[in-house]
Amino acid sequence: MSRRRVVIPSEEELERRNTVGIQAEYISNVQATDFPRHYPGEDNSWNIDKFRDGFRVQFHKNGPLEASFSLIGIHAAVANAFRRIMIADIPTLAIETVFIENNTSVIQDEVLSHRLGLIPFKGGREGLHSFLKWYKKKPNTATDNLGVSGDHFDYNTVLLRLQVKCTHNEDAAEGERDPRKLYHHAHVYARDIEFVPVGRQARYFSGADAIVPVNPDILIAKMRPEQEIDLSMHMYKGVGSDHAKFSPVATASYRLLPTIKIVEPILGADAEKFAKCFPKGVIRLRKVTRQEAAKQGSGYEGHEGELKAVVEDPMKDTVSRECLRHDEFNKKVKLGRKIDHFIFSVESTGQWESDAIFLESVAHLKAKCKAFEKQVINMVR
Amino acid sequence: MVAIDDGFEALLEPFYNGKKLTDPISTPEDKYQLLPAFLKVKGLVKQHIDSYNFFINQELKEIVKANRLIKSDQEENFWLEFTDIRVGTPSRNDFSDIKTRNDVTPMECRLRDLTYAAPVVVDITYSRDRKKIIRKDIQLCRIPVMLKSAKCYLNSATNAQMEIMNECPLDPGGYFIIGGTEKVILIQEQLSKNRVIVEADEKTGGVSASVTSSTHERKSKTYVVLKKERIMLQHNVLVEAIPIVIVLKALGGMSDYEILKLVAGENARYQDDFLINFEEAAKAGVHTQQQALEFIGVRVKMGGPKNKPFSMSARRSPVEEGLDALANIIIAHVTIQGLDFYPKAIYIAMMVRRVLMAAQNPKLVDDRDFVGNKRLELAGQLLSLLFEDLFKMFVNSLKGNMEHFFKKPNRTSTYDPVGPISSQGNYITMGLNRAIQSGNWTVKRFNMNRAGVTHVLSRLSYIAALGMMTRISSQFEKTRKVSGPRALQPSQWGMLCTSDTPEGEACGLVKNLALMTHITTNVEEEPVKNWIFSVDAGVEPVRKFTGAEIHSPGSYIIHLNGTPYALTRYPKRFARKFRTMRRRGYISPFVSINLNEHFAAVHIATDEGRICRPYIIVKNGKSKLKAEHLKLLQLGKAGFDDFLTHGVVEYLDVNEEQDTLIALYEKDITLSTTHLEIEPFTILGAVAGLIPFPHHNQSPRNTYQCAMGKQAVGAIAYNQFNRIDTLLYTLVYPQRPMVITKTIQLVHYDKLPAGQNATVAVMSYSGYDIEDALVLNKASCDRGFGRCQVFRKYTAELQKYPNGRRDRMGGRDNSDDGQIISKHAALDDDGLAIVGYRVQSGETMIKKETPLDQASTGIGTDRGPDEFRDASVNYRISDPAYIDKVLITNNEKDSAIVKVQTRQTRRPELGDKFSSRHGQKGVVGIIVDQEDLPFSDMGVVPDIIMNPHGFPSRMTVGKLFECLTGKASIIHGRPEYGFGDAFRSHPAESMGQVLIDHGFSWQGKDYFTSGITGEPHLAYIYNGPIYYQRLKHMVQDKMHSRSRGPRAILTRQPTEGRSRDGGLRLGEMERDCLIAYGASQLLLERLMISSDGTEVDICQQCGLFGYKGYCQTCKSTSQVTQMTMPYAAKLLVQELISMNVGVRLQLEDEFPHPK
Repeated sequence: MSRRRVVIPSEEELERRNTVGIQAEYISNVQATDFPRHYPGEDNSWNIDKFRDGFRVQFHKNGPLEASFSLIGIHAAVANAFRRIMIADIPTLAIETVFIENNTSVIQDEVLSHRLGLIPFKGGREGLHSFLKWYKKKPNTATDNLGVSGDHFDYNTVLLRLQVKCTHNEDAAEGERDPRKLYHHAHVYARDIEFVPVGRQARYFSGADAIVPVNPDILIAKMRPEQEIDLSMHMYKGVGSDHAKFSPVATASYRLLPTIKIVEPILGADAEKFAKCFPKGVIRLRKVTRQEAAKQGSGYEGHEGELKAVVEDPMKDTVSRECLRHDEFNKKVKLGRKIDHFIFSVESTGQWESDAIFLESVAHLKAKCKAFEKQVINMVR
Repeated sequence: MVAIDDGFEALLEPFYNGKKLTDPISTPEDKYQLLPAFLKVKGLVKQHIDSYNFFINQELKEIVKANRLIKSDQEENFWLEFTDIRVGTPSRNDFSDIKTRNDVTPMECRLRDLTYAAPVVVDITYSRDRKKIIRKDIQLCRIPVMLKSAKCYLNSATNAQMEIMNECPLDPGGYFIIGGTEKVILIQEQLSKNRVIVEADEKTGGVSASVTSSTHERKSKTYVVLKKERIMLQHNVLVEAIPIVIVLKALGGMSDYEILKLVAGENARYQDDFLINFEEAAKAGVHTQQQALEFIGVRVKMGGPKNKPFSMSARRSPVEEGLDALANIIIAHVTIQGLDFYPKAIYIAMMVRRVLMAAQNPKLVDDRDFVGNKRLELAGQLLSLLFEDLFKMFVNSLKGNMEHFFKKPNRTSTYDPVGPISSQGNYITMGLNRAIQSGNWTVKRFNMNRAGVTHVLSRLSYIAALGMMTRISSQFEKTRKVSGPRALQPSQWGMLCTSDTPEGEACGLVKNLALMTHITTNVEEEPVKNWIFSVDAGVEPVRKFTGAEIHSPGSYIIHLNGTPYALTRYPKRFARKFRTMRRRGYISPFVSINLNEHFAAVHIATDEGRICRPYIIVKNGKSKLKAEHLKLLQLGKAGFDDFLTHGVVEYLDVNEEQDTLIALYEKDITLSTTHLEIEPFTILGAVAGLIPFPHHNQSPRNTYQCAMGKQAVGAIAYNQFNRIDTLLYTLVYPQRPMVITKTIQLVHYDKLPAGQNATVAVMSYSGYDIEDALVLNKASCDRGFGRCQVFRKYTAELQKYPNGRRDRMGGRDNSDDGQIISKHAALDDDGLAIVGYRVQSGETMIKKETPLDQASTGIGTDRGPDEFRDASVNYRISDPAYIDKVLITNNEKDSAIVKVQTRQTRRPELGDKFSSRHGQKGVVGIIVDQEDLPFSDMGVVPDIIMNPHGFPSRMTVGKLFECLTGKASIIHGRPEYGFGDAFRSHPAESMGQVLIDHGFSWQGKDYFTSGITGEPHLAYIYNGPIYYQRLKHMVQDKMHSRSRGPRAILTRQPTEGRSRDGGLRLGEMERDCLIAYGASQLLLERLMISSDGTEVDICQQCGLFGYKGYCQTCKSTSQVTQMTMPYAAKLLVQELISMNVGVRLQLEDEFPHPK
């Protein structure tokens, strides 16, 4: 192989490659450049140092239920892998089996069970993440008279109970119409579910760490006097690819950082209209300074003191493409998105801290890669 | 019953679009508010209820009045008279005075398989020993009560009362409950009675005028036909057609000149055309009335309908026959008073004149398909036909009973009719029940024999039930390939829905009422007759005039229900004054008047079954509806009926509509406008009204949705979980549509919806979405999207047998080791399945046992065995279900009935059918994990991905509008944006602006990222919420395969159909393919080996079948060989032999043994 001269692409070329083009009716340049595309003469081989130099993580928001952060300098495939793992592969604890002793409410058993399954629960982190293990149904284990097999242990099954009976409220005011005041337990909420610790569970899930619904106000059923719900539930660990109730996130998604490039100056009334094409805070109106006006070829000649549109914070843009709809801006602005800047948004259902979900997804990806590596080695062998 | 006002009432009040009372009112915008006011008094199914009420309150009494007197032929002093008839309130049949409550609710009838019926009582007076005896409240029969009619407990019940009765307040009513099933009497469409219809025969060039006369006694059709320039009168009772001049002569003392004038007037052309007919009469030698009557009398069919008293007397002379036929049979609805035949002569002359006119000008024929020439027959009318027939039969049998009593030579007691009335009246009860139950309407008097008049009310969805109540079935044969009756008639505008009709053979013949249609009931003629003379000066009875005067230019004949009644020279002034009186409320609002310039006629109609519709009156270019009227309406101080009597609105029937100029919108009003449309979207019916933006869709798509909306699974009624229906589908989480219409609110579809708002992305995905297949999000299904429940009913009746034995419930069976056998796992001690238990295929739900001995008398030694046979009801569906309800009760026969309802909850699966509200159906092609689906910047993942190829050829732009409108409403959080009313300006621009304001693209197309690659999609994806209906067609109910299974007994071929675990047929065409391909072994396998191949013994000597290697014919075993042949072929051979056709099978080896 002959060594060839390595071409170093220009700054503009790199930026062009690195930008998804937002056109009025289509999207261009959707693929990232660092692996799939080959440019003649360039050295685009992946290397860890280059990646380390280019990679950055920025946190924008980090609440327990919602986190937003940017991964910069990474390929879409990897970013997407994180997103997919967060939705489908991170295990959470959810109600899987419901044993109905008595249910005289109008909600049918299956529907009630389905509703219970979708309620997100929280509890002590250590217990949830390290103490609790997968429940695996062992074949040929003896079952008791309820059909519960003998392979349930404190480390794989969490027992919950819901026992509510609707009764008349003797203290209700005369002529009261609100059923919640007229009766006790007219509405059954998630907070009525009680956790029954078994074995070592008491150690991990007590006090503030008890297993409780994330949102105690989730309505489960409505009842009228003499109706009752009496059931117990088993919670297992599961993953989102099995059922959406096991997904730790309400949703996890990302978007690319928008770029707005004003090619030609936008001035005066146009500038104001231009700013209105974007959400608040994206475009700022600034006065043309004397220096700018003095500069030849800048397009600002003779416009000193007029308002010009300046990009303030493209991250706030929702990429509605509204400015491309108006002919006056058509040539003056170029919209795009940074191809390697992923603004993640993770909404946790409450069992995990939202940032922890991401960290867990990294660990998962790593584990998957390890497993894959093993397979590849086996394959080559 | 205790009524609790739970404040729920307000929910059902007409809405005012979220407007407060203080908000300004603009009449063009807000005039639609008349619509809820109209529906409050008339309503969607009010026509059924009105018609039934009219029958119960008026017609019933008239029928009894007409047949009130019974006299004995033998006992001259005896008479019996029915003085009154009344209908009580619904009660149980096992009525007893001991019980405190005998009233029965509809729900009890449904559950207990009873008939919701009320007792009918009569008051009678009769003579006994020359004294007049009065007896009151004798039960005659029981009559089924229409739900929500005047006699029903649901009529005017508050919601709290409805709740106590376990009824749904939104249920439309208007149906009957017979033996526990809900039955609807469909509206029947017919050509109008007692009206002249002139038609031209395309082939012969002849013209004919026909009229179907309908009176209480008989129904007959009379024709006046122009054939070969001669005019004849035809009637069923006449052997041959009779020259018209003879008929006119027979009608009394008119000279030829008078006849000519009466027919043709002064018009020379008509006179010329008519003259030839006089020759006909002269040729026949008819000159006088006597001769004419004789001529006709000879040609009257013998054995025709005759009055009974006369038939006993000696044979009548031909003159008498002719006179009777003319007076009572021909054109019977024009009654003859005091032998004055002149009105009938005028009537026939009018028919002749119409024929002459049509012969001159072919444009003057009538259109059969014109809606104004149609009459709709409703439950009340059909019931009254039936009741009259049954009552007459009852009177006859009562009389028979009476004669039988008086025949006795020495009577020990006086005749007491009370007992016979009750026992004979039972036939009326049975007749009514049977007719409604079977739908066979047999009225002997009219030779009427109609099948399929009633149908079981479809409770698949709320809309299906509603659609059934507004359905009109036509009397036309479905098989006839005529396009005229099926085509959309311009006169259907506003009266019949333009979209809602089935596809296929009944297309255009089954129609639906539009939202504001009302069907008239009969209005009494007498007051109208008086008004005709008093309303305007110069109106004289037509009886007073000669032909020349009647037909003089400028004279208009006033027809009352098609019969010439009066004459005026100022028709317009007359009509104006007449209308004024109607608008002031002196004349019934349902009396219509219209002018016909061609025939110089004014038509006034008071008959029943006309289709009409309210309009706002416009005078001098100004709408009579003012803002203050709407204000009063909002305050609840005025109702629709007040506007009617104050001349703000009026009903127009189709004929009167022809004289009006109706403005669609207030802006279109000119000086010549007479009326203003209340709301254009009311030209659609209740079912088509569910479609948002229907005016943007290609019209067949709206028709398809009308068919599919009835199959959508959703909420059926508020009492859906209290009902036990044979099959019930419900959606677990139904949603109100994001984009609604005013019709949706008016029919309360938003309270009983059937569908869910799915976030739809219009894009191609995965290749599993071709041919309209949909891509579903698995996470959405996990969270409850499209989840539905299927309820099934299983019944068992514990019968009693004449010998005193009865069915019983058995207990569970144990296997040898003492365990309950798995088949009985779901059973309780009482032999019934336990609520909440799961039943699998083959398990028993009701362990009924019947006695082996059902026929023995039990007297003496005639006793059968004491054993019982298992007759249990088993669960037979392959997918398991849960027991939802168990009901034990007893029916009218007082035998116990057990009903078990099972429940299945189903999530969407591959192949389940979904549809939007724009006739776009599709099956689920693939269910995709959430992480694989595209997502937007906001993290939105679609519930459904729809392939964009569904749009160009279907042109359902309304769906795109629905998506955009729904998206804007969701983003902005304002449901009132989401109106997609027909024929109103759509707010697409403002919807786009809302999207822009919230940072979305104005087009509704967004940037999506692929969930698989993580890279953006090249195109922007159109997305937003679209209301999707889950249709009842589910894979689980259709999936079927078999490798081996049951065979039919006769042919030994595999059975047919999924329900019998049948085989899949390899038909003729498939067979052709195999032959063409030469796959003979496959052919042999499919058609014989896998089907009905049998080993048979055949004797090669005689060619007949042998048995066990022995030929009975030849008495030998030598030549008998075995071969395989289809059992069906063997059967054919034997059947032919049994019919004395000799069949011999000659065998030869295809590959003979080399010898």
